Formats: sequence, C-alpha cells, structure tokens
Amino acid sequence: MLKRTALFAAHQNLGGKLIDFGGWEMPVQYTGIVEEHLAVRKAAGVFDISHMGEVTVSGADAAGFLNRILTNDIRKLSPGLGQYTLMCNERGGAIDDLYAYQLSEGVYLLIINASRIGPDVAWLQARAAEFTGELRLTDASHNYSAVAVQGPRVKDFINAVVPGASVSARRVNAVTDLKKNEIGGFHFEHGSLLVSRTGYTGEDGFEIVGGDEAILRVWNKILEAGAPFGIKPCGLGARDTLRTEVCFPLYGHELDEETTPIEAALGRFVSLDKGDFTGGPALAAQNAAGVRKKLIALKMTGASAPPRPGYAIYCGNIKIGVVTSGTPSPSLGVGVGMGYVQPEFTMPGRNIEIEIRGRLTLAAVTPKPIYKKT
Amino acid sequence: MSNIPTDLKYTKSHEWVRLDGDTVTVGITDHAQAELTDIVFVELPAIGRAVKAGEACAVVESVKTASDIYSPVSGEIVEQNKPVTDKPDLVNTEPYAGGWFFKIKLSNPAELNALLAPNDYEKQIGG
Repeated sequence: MLKRTALFAAHQNLGGKLIDFGGWEMPVQYTGIVEEHLAVRKAAGVFDISHMGEVTVSGADAAGFLNRILTNDIRKLSPGLGQYTLMCNERGGAIDDLYAYQLSEGVYLLIINASRIGPDVAWLQARAAEFTGELRLTDASHNYSAVAVQGPRVKDFINAVVPGASVSARRVNAVTDLKKNEIGGFHFEHGSLLVSRTGYTGEDGFEIVGGDEAILRVWNKILEAGAPFGIKPCGLGARDTLRTEVCFPLYGHELDEETTPIEAALGRFVSLDKGDFTGGPALAAQNAAGVRKKLIALKMTGASAPPRPGYAIYCGNIKIGVVTSGTPSPSLGVGVGMGYVQPEFTMPGRNIEIEIRGRLTLAAVTPKPIYKKT
Repeated sequence: MSNIPTDLKYTKSHEWVRLDGDTVTVGITDHAQAELTDIVFVELPAIGRAVKAGEACAVVESVKTASDIYSPVSGEIVEQNKPVTDKPDLVNTEPYAGGWFFKIKLSNPAELNALLAPNDYEKQIGG
C-alpha cells in the first residue's frame, strides 16, 4: 500500500496523475509538465513536498553533534537561518543531502529526502548513541506535511496566505521580509507554520512546513491567492525538470553512498577546516589527490532526442562517463542533463557525445546552472 | 474521454492503423498521447526498412520518458511523416491526422485480422 500525503484528495480533485514515487502516491503532473514548469519560471507554482522527512535535533550539544555528522559548518548558522549540507559515511560517500535550519539556540530542524528517511534516521541514531553530549533526536516526519510555492510572482501573494509577523526563529514583520535561507515561525489560523525562503527550482519562493490540516489550508489558500498571478499546482515531473535546469542534485541520481560531495561538485558545502566530522579525512584526501569522476552539466548541441539517466557519455570513441539526469528543457527547448565523467573532460564548451539508442549524438559540457534567469 | 475513430483498427500497445489498398498508415491513439503528454521528439523508421508485426520501430519522447512504437503489421516502410519530426506536438494536437508516423506496405494482409476493433480497444483502455 502506497503512502498518501494529507493533500492526496486535493491532488485527485485537481486531476493530478498519480504515480509511485519511492513508496508515496504522488502527482507527477496535473495539466502537463511543460505548462507547470513554465508557470514556475514565469509566474508561480505550488508543489506537495509532504513526503520529505523532518528530523529535530536539540539540546545543549546539538550543534557540536551536527558538526561532526554534517559536511557544512553548522556554526555559520544563527537562529532563523538554514544551510544546504550533506551527511557522509566514513568513505565520504553521501548518505543524504539535506537542509539544516537553526530554529533557536540549541534547536535544529533537518529536512531530508523522502527516500532516505530510513537510512538517515538509523545513521543519526547510531551516531547519537556514541555521542556523550546532551542531545535529543526525533524523527518528526509523520507529524509534518509541507508545500513549496515557487516562482517570481510568489512574493506578490504569499503575505495574504500566511499573514502577520513571525513569532519564532527569524523575526520578521511579514513572510516576504525573510531573506534567502531564512526561516520563521508564524501563527496560522489555529496552529503554526514554519516558512523558509528556499526551494528546489532556481526561482524565488518559499517552503512551508506544518501539521496536516494547516498545510491543506495553506495549499488551498495558495491556489486561491495565487490564481490572479497564474499559479498552477505542479507535480514531481516539473519539479525534476526545474531542478535539472539549475543543476540541483537529486539523491539517487547525482548522489549515492559511493559518490562524494567533491565528485558531485558540491565542495563549497564541505567545510574541511571546521574540525573532525564523519567522512572528513576521506574528503580531504580526495580534495588533495583529485577525483576519479566529476559531475558536469551537459546540453545537446542540436535538435535531438534528449539525454536520459543511464545513457553513456563519449568523447571521440572513448566512453568517459554516464548521464545521471536528463530531460528536454522546457525553458531552453533543447535536451539537457548532468552526468559523471573522467575529470579531464569537465571543461565547459568541450564537445562530447551522448549514446542515444546506439547512436553517438553531439552535446557539449555546459556551465552550471544550465538555465540562468535573464 | 478519449477519441477512438470507428474507421480505424488498433493495437494493445496503443497504435492505430488506417487501411488504404495494400498500405496502412500508423500513428498512436488519442489515449496514448494523453497518457504520454507533451511529446517533444519523434524518431521514425527509415523508408525501405522491413518491419515485423510487433517490432519496435519508432520512438516518441515525452518530457518524462522515451517510449517505443511497435509496428502493428509486417511489411516495408514506404513513407514517413517528416512534419511530425519537426513538430512533435502534432502527435498531441492531432493524433489521427497530422500526427501520423509512417506507412507500411503490407506483406501479410491476414495480420489485419489480429488487430483490435474500436470497441475492443475502448474496452481495453477502460473507456
């Protein structure tokens, strides 16, 4: 039996096409991936992200614990601020990529991938068991639903959806006063919400976490308040094409336990000089010695079939790597993707070929992000 | 509710077949295009290629995936619909007209009897 989010009936009513996504019955699209994608780039779109996991870590030594487990430096955070970070094994392989927010002194919220809730929580609990400091660790995934509302027009209606000043984390007079990566707690009807200025699309927008009933109300209010601005409900299909265009990694594609953040070109989220952390020595060694594969962005050179995950990447007649994400780009009208290649082939502009149904098809290594706002 | 013209024959894999003398025109059904959604790329078999009934011989790509198109009958490819490769969304907008894929000269006309009648296809897709 697939798991359903609190918004399941809403997806059905909106005509969402539902698929199995890592054990969750989620909408892949409502009216069409291209239409939804372009709505987010030009106006606004709202996504159900309730399947994602939430873990709270609190206590006097919570920061010290997290700094030994996560790659980014948690000391860069202050109450109301979040950061992208990774959790690695001893080999430096990524257990997950996640967002860590500091809600208040000694209180942290981790937002983790739906498909990784099991492995992440098991890993965190095992590390916590070895840890001697004061710490409380809770998998709160079942208690929360969440939506992401993304696009250049969101700032024009989000204050009508979640009105008023924040009451916890970053103190602001209105949701739109939050800056990128900031998070605030807001009263909402009879409950409360956490709202952060973050997302997975490359557009301005917010992610909103709360209880099931509050999030259902938020979802409906977003669709109402966003209607004059052209908002569309968006499925996982558009979420994938949007994140691919801006080169955000997706766990299971660009990241896995055998792939390091250095290889994934996420070195700026690895603080090698912050002190001991799991995977740190392996990552430092790799950083010094060089990698055997590196993530590139790629773009097909002409009108061709799009690249797809698993397709081989060639240079000349030599196989140099493999595509990890690939799709037609609704914004650019050409096939785009990401993939791992041998490190000597990563220079933007280099011509490469993608093997598509037995034919080598011309592409080029392209600068990240593939799509840039003009 | 998808459109299933009554003058065509169908396959379980959602191709339609229009018979004209000893040649058939092949495309994919309205139901198939609606399921695939935004079609962005079409790859057609070369003229002169011999195909067998049930053989994968063309590809349509939507945003999400690449899907094979199967030849409903055996024969030789005698014509391909060039415009649909330049404008793949014809498959979405007019699946039974401008969105056709290729024409096959039949080598075994008896195979036509194995194709689905419109009402059988309708039952299959739960229409």
